[in-house]
Amino acid sequence: MLVDLAGGWNPMLGRLAWSQIPYDNPILAPLFVAVVIGTIIILGLITYYGKWTYLWKEWLTTVDHKKLGVMYIILGLVMLFRGFIDGLMIRTQQAWAVGTHSSGVFGATHGYLTPFHFGQVYSAHGLIMILLAATPLLVGFMNIIVPIQIGARDMAYPYLNALGLWITAAAGALIMISLFVGDFAHNGWFGYAPIFELQYSPGVGVDYWIWTMELVALGTTLGGINILATIIKMRAPGMSWGRLPIFVWASLSANVIALTSFPALQVALGLVAADRYLGAHFFTAGLGGNLMLYTNLFWIWGHPEVYFVILPAFGMMSEIFPTFSEKPLFGYITMVLASLAIAGVSWLVWLHHFFTMGAGPYVNSAFSVATMLVGIPTGVKVFNWAFTMYRGRLTFNAAMLWAIGALFLLLIGGLTGMMLAVPAINYMVHNSVFVVAHFHSMLLVIVYAIFASVIYWFPKVFGFKLDEFWAKTMFWLFSAGTTLVFVPMYMLGFMGMTRRLDYVFNTAWHPYLLVMEFGIVVYMISVLAFFALLYVSIRDHAKNRVGTDAWGTSRSLEWLTHSPVPFYNFAVLPHISTRDEVAWRRDNGIDHVQPDHYEDIHMPNNTGVAIILGGLTFVLGFALVWRIWWLCILSLLAIMALVIYRSFKGDPGYIITAAELEEMEKDAMRREAQIGKQHYRVGGGVLGDAIAYERSDLPPLASQPGSSVGLDHRS
Amino acid sequence: MSSPACNVDPKTAELWDKGHYQYDVISTRTLGYFMYLLSDGMLFATLFAAYGVLSYQHSYFGGPTPADFVKPWYTFVQTMALFLSVLAYGFGMNALKHKNKSGVISGLLAAFVLGVLFLMLDIHDMTHLASLGISVATSGGMSAFIVLTQVHATHIFFGLIWILVMMAQVMIKGFTTEVVGRLLTLRMFWHLQAIIWVFVYVFVYLWGYMS
Ligand code: HEM
Ligand SMILES: [Cu+2]
Repeated sequence: MLVDLAGGWNPMLGRLAWSQIPYDNPILAPLFVAVVIGTIIILGLITYYGKWTYLWKEWLTTVDHKKLGVMYIILGLVMLFRGFIDGLMIRTQQAWAVGTHSSGVFGATHGYLTPFHFGQVYSAHGLIMILLAATPLLVGFMNIIVPIQIGARDMAYPYLNALGLWITAAAGALIMISLFVGDFAHNGWFGYAPIFELQYSPGVGVDYWIWTMELVALGTTLGGINILATIIKMRAPGMSWGRLPIFVWASLSANVIALTSFPALQVALGLVAADRYLGAHFFTAGLGGNLMLYTNLFWIWGHPEVYFVILPAFGMMSEIFPTFSEKPLFGYITMVLASLAIAGVSWLVWLHHFFTMGAGPYVNSAFSVATMLVGIPTGVKVFNWAFTMYRGRLTFNAAMLWAIGALFLLLIGGLTGMMLAVPAINYMVHNSVFVVAHFHSMLLVIVYAIFASVIYWFPKVFGFKLDEFWAKTMFWLFSAGTTLVFVPMYMLGFMGMTRRLDYVFNTAWHPYLLVMEFGIVVYMISVLAFFALLYVSIRDHAKNRVGTDAWGTSRSLEWLTHSPVPFYNFAVLPHISTRDEVAWRRDNGIDHVQPDHYEDIHMPNNTGVAIILGGLTFVLGFALVWRIWWLCILSLLAIMALVIYRSFKGDPGYIITAAELEEMEKDAMRREAQIGKQHYRVGGGVLGDAIAYERSDLPPLASQPGSSVGLDHRS
Repeated sequence: MSSPACNVDPKTAELWDKGHYQYDVISTRTLGYFMYLLSDGMLFATLFAAYGVLSYQHSYFGGPTPADFVKPWYTFVQTMALFLSVLAYGFGMNALKHKNKSGVISGLLAAFVLGVLFLMLDIHDMTHLASLGISVATSGGMSAFIVLTQVHATHIFFGLIWILVMMAQVMIKGFTTEVVGRLLTLRMFWHLQAIIWVFVYVFVYLWGYMS
């Protein structure tokens, strides 16, 4: 079909054949059985408890941004777990297959994974962690928090929001099914030309890789448009740009990056697909193709993408530090400018991923300087956080610990990034595990910020706090794992160990690799601690219920409404008078003033169209991978028909009347009253220019020589 | 330096919205759609970059180059068809201002017919290339040429379907907020495709013809 395929093709099934199912693989076959049994158990339980209608009505067809966000986060956590298992497999192979005398099992000469299988594992690990774990987790948080923080009832396009989720989920399903049907790419998560050309990778692995990424790119672009439009158009009255919570600014700059950079990825991979499906010569070694064109196009997306994932994490840290320092964020304006600057500069540095291309000293220096420029806004942020904590009243609870951990990792990752930005150094360590250690430090910043946020915002979404003891235990275990895995990795990088080795020839590295293996075991234990955390917290949830302001010291608008947040977010939209509105209301004793009358509100209806479209895109992706053309055409037509159907049907939405609203609000307030009034501490340390408002009952700062205001009353 | 609102008096401050806060549906829709178009523009920008890299002499690998088969006047007719289509759509939108249903329909219909003409000319052009034995597999340069022009043609194809859908919606539903919003976004889409065509015509066809 169009191009010569190794291994046959037929019009009905495309390239699909029994031989593509790895039932004889000693690792995959048992896993497959386990997955099937697990699925049957889960489906059985849902049926047994009669939860299907609940699931369909409340979750699968929902357009509520909070529920969609929760599902994004669950998807992200599941994929994080899958990616973690891949990481465990990589580490184990490298700790085992060292030196000529190391043993081999399962058909591998050394270790337990054949080189081809190992290649698939690390490609899947990278792709999953960046695009299907970090990205959905962050998008999930932006989904939940941004609308509440700007005082909106919903997002600008609730239906589009659902569509983005289900397309992302389809991508996750596609990469998961590649485990059991066919194989996955072995060309690394970012791919190299020309190894991904059909000639050198005749299997379906690369096709899975292409279509998974295309689907994530589509889903994330849709989500990005939604979040941007929400921030621009749906802010509550009084919520001017200068009063936006900083996480909203971070989401804004991140999604500007997503919106502008993901098309480059779509094109890069689309052209790979043109090569593989139509026999084009974009990236072939002969016939006028250009290998480095691919690498450039990919990293033109790839570098902005890494900032797309780190900026929301910065935003999360910027929310958590002030809350637990009981001070406004230091340098709000510089923080905003830094976020926007990072978003801008992220576009100008892509070549640092391949200085070794040999573009010449002028090009390399230009990109080197541009790369180092990123350090300036990033440094501004680090100092802002430090000054936020400086002389604040710090509470070292679990969320704060995770956030501080993120700060330390950012320091390490940023400094090693600066080293890599020097071409002379880069030529030495490029493609070594030093680079791997650098970007893991960076991506761990995100993971730490995410766990901090899970703890921080969990009570807002579910109405009760997570267990502090287990959250802290998990933190220390996780940090021990991080240290044990990545400190030796930096050292090995300096010793010249290259990345992606399925066999380690140098036995002198063995001790380090064993330490790393031990580290991954510690990580494993921290994963268990996470499960314990969920179990204990859900078991004790009655004890840990919280009112609107779960932490008693929070500052931004999401803490003004009930916990858990009602589906309409705010019964009456708040009128915003200042930055850090909730802190201002609390400090002035007006945080419990409730609206005195209600009005009808208009909400969107649930729709099953989004999830069906997601399912159809999955079918389309699968059909494209296996080149089942009739199925491609069929699913494409079905997608178009459904889109047109929805466009005709439209959504009139429905009305919640003022009376119903009042009833629900009263219920919520009654529930809150039972929890008992939280212990609020009034006032905040106020220093220098950093204050966002002044309390009218306090004397002006200038007359108080740094002693009495907000600093002395540590109780 | 404190934030602008620090002197709001908490005792008299307005805490909850009383002004029947409403947001503008159509402007929100068009803003979002505008952002989608931005990303579409990025998509084409990337394709143009790829075309730029793959249009050196060696990219054609000794095979045919656009100079061998591009007929500028033929493509000029395509250009005119597309521009007139956009113009017709504009007349249709003008009729919308007067709530003139048949005016909108005839504007859309003219836009549709001219768009079909554009697409037919494009398909004819491609079959001509095929008859010369030229395809994406000929060389890197030809891959870039064909993929860029055909991605644009695909946009036109989906735009045409959309025009049909909108004609049906105007007839069945009349000028509801949703329909008017969609007419606006379709107009933005149609305009953008014409603007991108200018670049295709100049940088791919004319430039290719002259080099
Ligand atoms: C101060 C900021 C940063 C600088 C100066 C920097 C610099 C660099 C450089 C020069 C490389 C290329 C190394 C090589 O392949 O030879 C690199 C790789 C990488 N960086 Fe960073 N970086 C920074 C921040 C980040 C952030 C925030 C992230 C992600 C959250 C990140 C993720 C990555 C990834 C994923 C790679 C390697 C991708 C791969 O080869 O698979 N970096 N960085
Ligand atoms: Cu980079």
